[in-house]
Amino acid sequence: MARDDTPLDQETFDRVLAEELGKGVDRRVAEGRARAAAVRAARAKSGEAPAATPSAAAPAGDGDGATAPAAAPAPAPPAAPAAAPAAAVPAGVLAAAPIAAAPVPAGAGAATLTAPERQAPPPSGNVPEAKKGAPEKHRLLALVPPEGIQRVEREQGDRINVWPHLLIEEFVAMMIVLAALTIFSTFVNAPLRELANPNLTPNPSKAPWYFLGLQELLRYFHPMVAGVLFAPTLVLLALAVAPFVDRNPSTKPGDRKLAITLFTMLIMFGAVLTIIGSFFRGTGYNWVWPWAQGIFFEL
Amino acid sequence: MAKLKLPTPSEALDRVRETEVWKSIFRPGSIFRRGYRDTSRDRALATMNNVLYHLHPVKMKRHGLKLTYTFCLGGLSFFLFILLTITGIYLMFFYRPAAELGSAQAYTDMQNIRTSVFFGDLVRNLHRWGAHLMVFSVTLHMARVFYTGSYKPPREFNWVVGVLLLFLTLGLSFTGYLLPWDQLAVWAVTVGTSLAGYSPLIAKQANFLLLGGVIVGPDTLLRWYVLHVLALPFVLVIFLSVHFWRIRKDGGISGPL
Repeated sequence: MARDDTPLDQETFDRVLAEELGKGVDRRVAEGRARAAAVRAARAKSGEAPAATPSAAAPAGDGDGATAPAAAPAPAPPAAPAAAPAAAVPAGVLAAAPIAAAPVPAGAGAATLTAPERQAPPPSGNVPEAKKGAPEKHRLLALVPPEGIQRVEREQGDRINVWPHLLIEEFVAMMIVLAALTIFSTFVNAPLRELANPNLTPNPSKAPWYFLGLQELLRYFHPMVAGVLFAPTLVLLALAVAPFVDRNPSTKPGDRKLAITLFTMLIMFGAVLTIIGSFFRGTGYNWVWPWAQGIFFEL
Repeated sequence: MAKLKLPTPSEALDRVRETEVWKSIFRPGSIFRRGYRDTSRDRALATMNNVLYHLHPVKMKRHGLKLTYTFCLGGLSFFLFILLTITGIYLMFFYRPAAELGSAQAYTDMQNIRTSVFFGDLVRNLHRWGAHLMVFSVTLHMARVFYTGSYKPPREFNWVVGVLLLFLTLGLSFTGYLLPWDQLAVWAVTVGTSLAGYSPLIAKQANFLLLGGVIVGPDTLLRWYVLHVLALPFVLVIFLSVHFWRIRKDGGISGPL
């Protein structure tokens, strides 16, 4: 068992654990710190390793277990079953997988292995001794503090993989839109009238459809009100500040009657004005009934 | 004479997938690599080791898949933007934004696109209808975000960016509207910009800046062409990046309600 392979100074472990718990530190973190201290103490006693920074001293073994398995094409066999349940969040894959895969009691790995009253996970391999003169290796695990592991312990919630579920859905949606647009474009030509003539005003002259609500509004209000003060500035500004004005934290439609009513009114107001300007205005921008006098509207 | 034994297609594919070139293109975890298995781990790696990881997380809330929550509107708006970029680049090869009196090259080019350019008419139709559809889908996307309360903390700023993107979308559509240089374009723009001309105090200056003159003329065309193909897309892409990045940083898809 990995835990037994590492010399641990039980005295130091108990002392540091009690200290950390006394400080009100979470039990998991406390155990990690206590274990790291115990390993250092044991090493110092046996004179096996020089007193060094925890990050350098903590990982035992030749480091093979500590190379980042997340990037490996094929994981070491023992890593796969351990990593799978932990792969709930991106961070889970990054941090939990190496820890589960590494039998090395790195300073970081402590949280999973040390708890005296907890069952340690089954052994996943022997830890080879460090070779004298072995080349230095980059050990990613040593950089993860015990506190870092804490964050992995997040509620998984009901989560699904983006690949394939979301990506396939997006792909299908794109293909449907592309197909519909291509078919439509094959059969319906975009308008191209005669060459522009600044001396010949068409009757009626209309703005593009998304400005027709504004053009319609100008029929009823003074240009100062409709043109600038009211429509673009006020609406855009109101929309932009909406989240800062609406401080109601709930997203339930039942709790947001006022916000939903106001927004729906705004949308309906714009939609009705746009439809009127598009289809109910004819020659001289006068009122027409589209089913009687025809449609004076071009996209 | 020894008989040559040809590899079966699947063997050939396996051999190709073992080559250094193939492995240099598809990172570990890619579904195109040999040895991809449909496991939770490989599914996670497929996203994480992919350029898509800039856009999508490895895992998401299950309810986000529900079509009636997002209606895919944001994604489709982005898709339409891509489609418009591609068709727009194609059209740029055949279009000159020149409209000097007597020889309106822009209009002649439009006619050529419709009659002589390979698939020109279809591409132009796609560009035009796609643009209208994008204005529509962006507006609907905004409505969806409002009705699901997705603008609430921590997503307030992303909503503001979204309003800006709507504004830019309208600007792109409007500047593109002038380019055909036909009666419809010029007069729609004349009416549209006259709406902006009602701003108090700076009315004349604003209009002059927009048109590059007092009426819609050749200078307006050049100005709006540059805005349409370069300036506005540039700004839009910047805000789009922020928009996507903030979605991830603000905790992914909102909800469930």
